[in-house]
Amino acid sequence: MLEALDLARWQFGITTVYHFILVPLTIGLSTLVAIMQTAWVRTGKEKWLRLTKFYGKLLLINFALGIATGIVQEFQFGMNWSNYSRFVGDIFGAPLAMEALLAFFLESTFLGLWIFGWDKLPKKIHLMTVWAFAIGSALSAYFIIAANSWMQHPVGADFNPETGRAEMNSIVDVLTNNTTLLAFPHVIATAFLVAGNFVAGIAVYWMWRKHREDKNHKDLGLYRTAARFGAVTMLIAGVAVIVTGDLQAKLMFQQQPIKMAAAEGVIHSEESACFSLLAIGNLAGDDPESVNHLLCVPGLYSYMATGDFSAEVPGLVDLQEQYADRYGATDTAGNEIQYRPNLMVTYWSFRLMIGLGAFSAALSLVILWFTRKGGYATANWMKNLAIVSLPMPYLAASFGWIFTEMGRQPFVVAPNPDGVDMVMLLTQYGYSPNVSAGEVATSLAVFTIVYAILGVFWFRLIHRYAVEGAPEVEEPTVDEDGSRPLSFAY
Amino acid sequence: MDLPLIWFILIAVLWTGYLVLEGFDFGVGMLMGLLAKDNKERRVALNSIGPVWDGNEVWLLTAGGATFAAFPEWYATLFSGFYLPLLLILLALIVRAVAIEYRGKINDPVWRQRWDWAIIGSAWVPSILWGVAFANLVRGVPIEEVNGHLEFVGNFFDLLSPFALLGGLVTLTLFLSHGALFLALKTSGDFSKRAGDFAKKISVAALVLAGGWAIWTQLAYSVPWTWAVVAVAALGLLAVVWFTRVESYGRAFIANAVVLVGAVVLIFGSMYPDVMPSSIDPAYSLTVDNASSTDYTLTVMTWVAVILTPVVLLYQSWSYWVFRRRISTDNIPEHSELTFLKK
Ligand code: HDD
Ligand code: HEM
Ligand code: HEM
Repeated sequence: MLEALDLARWQFGITTVYHFILVPLTIGLSTLVAIMQTAWVRTGKEKWLRLTKFYGKLLLINFALGIATGIVQEFQFGMNWSNYSRFVGDIFGAPLAMEALLAFFLESTFLGLWIFGWDKLPKKIHLMTVWAFAIGSALSAYFIIAANSWMQHPVGADFNPETGRAEMNSIVDVLTNNTTLLAFPHVIATAFLVAGNFVAGIAVYWMWRKHREDKNHKDLGLYRTAARFGAVTMLIAGVAVIVTGDLQAKLMFQQQPIKMAAAEGVIHSEESACFSLLAIGNLAGDDPESVNHLLCVPGLYSYMATGDFSAEVPGLVDLQEQYADRYGATDTAGNEIQYRPNLMVTYWSFRLMIGLGAFSAALSLVILWFTRKGGYATANWMKNLAIVSLPMPYLAASFGWIFTEMGRQPFVVAPNPDGVDMVMLLTQYGYSPNVSAGEVATSLAVFTIVYAILGVFWFRLIHRYAVEGAPEVEEPTVDEDGSRPLSFAY
Repeated sequence: MDLPLIWFILIAVLWTGYLVLEGFDFGVGMLMGLLAKDNKERRVALNSIGPVWDGNEVWLLTAGGATFAAFPEWYATLFSGFYLPLLLILLALIVRAVAIEYRGKINDPVWRQRWDWAIIGSAWVPSILWGVAFANLVRGVPIEEVNGHLEFVGNFFDLLSPFALLGGLVTLTLFLSHGALFLALKTSGDFSKRAGDFAKKISVAALVLAGGWAIWTQLAYSVPWTWAVVAVAALGLLAVVWFTRVESYGRAFIANAVVLVGAVVLIFGSMYPDVMPSSIDPAYSLTVDNASSTDYTLTVMTWVAVILTPVVLLYQSWSYWVFRRRISTDNIPEHSELTFLKK
């Protein structure tokens, strides 16, 4: 039956990572567009209205695919992970239901009001609808991350041997899990990094293009505003991502030490552990002893994990023994349990998350420098850099999730080291035993193909609308008797 | 009243919200193919649900999330058991969300036509499959205890009994008349008239099919008190036929909504206290008690639902009120969208 399990894991990984390619742009850009529209309502300057409409259109194209891929998420726990659902449902279902009730309704209803409401609602009320939409998307992130953090660090629950499942004893503990309180700002900051880079990258391209057309083109100022707005967002978000990430690392070191050791390729416990920049050897896993760190910053890993450069950090070999003592050496079939996650994946995804994200944060400084004092960023290399940078924070965010989720393996619900005994579940026990490998393979193939096709349309539309540039706009007014053509129509 | 029962009712309420609201979305989607004569009219149909369809769909997501929270065993057994039909429904919903949004983004007849097919097809599939799924819940499916869990042990074809297929036709015709009545109310001129005429015909088909299915359910699978529900639904079906006859479409639409409410009450009423009856042995049935979460979780969720549901209803109603006007072809702007760049 291993086959159905592997397929279910691939399916979950593919659909979730795909969903999360779309999610950060929605979360970040909805707020940025709301800020643009607020600036327009406040100052009456046309440029803000044009930017609102321009980036708003791109947001909608992204949102549609975000919804489409999210629908699958809501049901796939039951479809492919029925035993997992039975084990965690008493706790995990609650934030999921709250997400729908509190966040998705808000998001979807007010988005409809926003896009179709330009000629139906007075200016200020219309502005409120875009804020409600932005708040809804941030709320949805909070609840889903609370659910996810519970799997990283279960709290507020007990194991009930009679029912064989985890049962909730405090919703407050679940929603204020310290893991959630750090993961949420980290992911939100990521979302703003993605969205800021998106806004700035496209604007820099346009500044370059308009400048080539005409050195005094009237739209140069428009795109300069957008570029700086995006760059400031990236800078703030970049700092926030690093600060929250570092706090998270210290917490994770206590909560899932084996994940951190894997990310660093620390094989034996050591003092003043260095932060590895490049490792060779068999990271793929069979023989940890062969791992060799070529480039290593002395003491940095000890510092990242504990705040002390000389502290001792445990290595994988010792941790494996500790885990085996605590959580059992063999599974129900008598096979030895390997408690360390895949080294290759955790080591590299962790570095790519940081590296690609840092690249994007650094780019913001370049953009701000070249657009200082009313200047325009018009160099060819600048435009190329801006375009190349667009996928970077997306990739960083995806690697962040891959790291978090793969680093948690072999657990789907990782044990909390400070108690809450028995609230843990190995991934291999979580899948749906009554769903055949053929069925999972079918759905895996179908989703992958459909997602790929829709992804092509998504990309072509975003690209097409981005290279069209900010539209000319008319001041919106309320259509009193409903006789005019709709201001927005499908 | 005990908590599992309250949640059983709340989940029925969420499904009611979903079927009543998305029911006309699906109807409009199907009728885009059957009634609209040209691109303008297809756009009239699409824009009549444009601002609200996504909010309507969230009723489904909430029903899914609430089932997970309140009845984890039900969520697990149902969605892993009805794997392939659910897969088809999900695919339709995925394609639909994207198609509605992307259709108008490129000004090209071929592009539009392809997405039109997607919108139409993705309305037909769930309109039939939801009925099939619910009929199976009423009828019971092969469930057995496997490794301590109550698991669905049948296959895809077990789900295709005549009773279930008739259930599919029931939701199909009810959604078609719901959509036709919605279009009659929300559009104007010739298109509205054609929608009304279509409702006149389809409501008769709905009367026969839904009435027949309700009586079959009542005789074969239900409990005495649901006779009252069958009676209300039958009166509702007759009222739809009558009110469309006299072209009082608002009343007909409400009557059709009552029929949908009746259908949910009948389905849930005949299942209770089971949430998934086993056709192998009643001892293996999932019930409100053996499938539910703990009292603590249910209490928390009750507070959440009691506080939030009215708020949701309030702002959703407001959005319907904002977009209350009829749409005609005169309201449809010329295409201002972009074309793809020629390489
Ligand atoms: C249940 C809650 C849950 C939530 C909120 C998330 N995940 Fe997760 N993730 C799982 C539950 C899970 C899982 C059920 O536990 C998986 C499936 C198989 C597995 O090993 O763990 C998993 C695996 C998993 C994998 C690896 C697949 C594998 O092990 O083969 C990746 C890359 C992600 N997830 C990514 C994400 C992303 C990008 C998320 C946010 C959008 C996310 N996860 C949220
Ligand atoms: C794996 C668990 C997840 C589930 C079950 C899930 C479920 C869903 C569903 C059902 C939708 C569609 C809602 C609609 O119709 O409006 C959706 C969209 C969305 N989700 Fe998720 N999601 C998951 C992961 C995440 C994560 C981790 C985040 C944020 C950090 C997130 C943020 C969003 C946002 C912002 C949307 C709005 C649509 C868009 O992305 O453009 N989701 N999700
Ligand atoms: C632009 C994207 C991102 C950047 C630049 C980034 C950057 C960072 C940084 C600098 C750290 C601190 C490393 C340390 O001090 O040890 C960190 C930690 C962390 N990040 Fe991210 N991150 C990004 C996205 C994400 C995402 C989307 C997730 C998914 C939840 C994530 C999950 C984590 C986790 C779990 C840690 C804790 C570190 C550990 O356990 O070793 N990151 N991140």
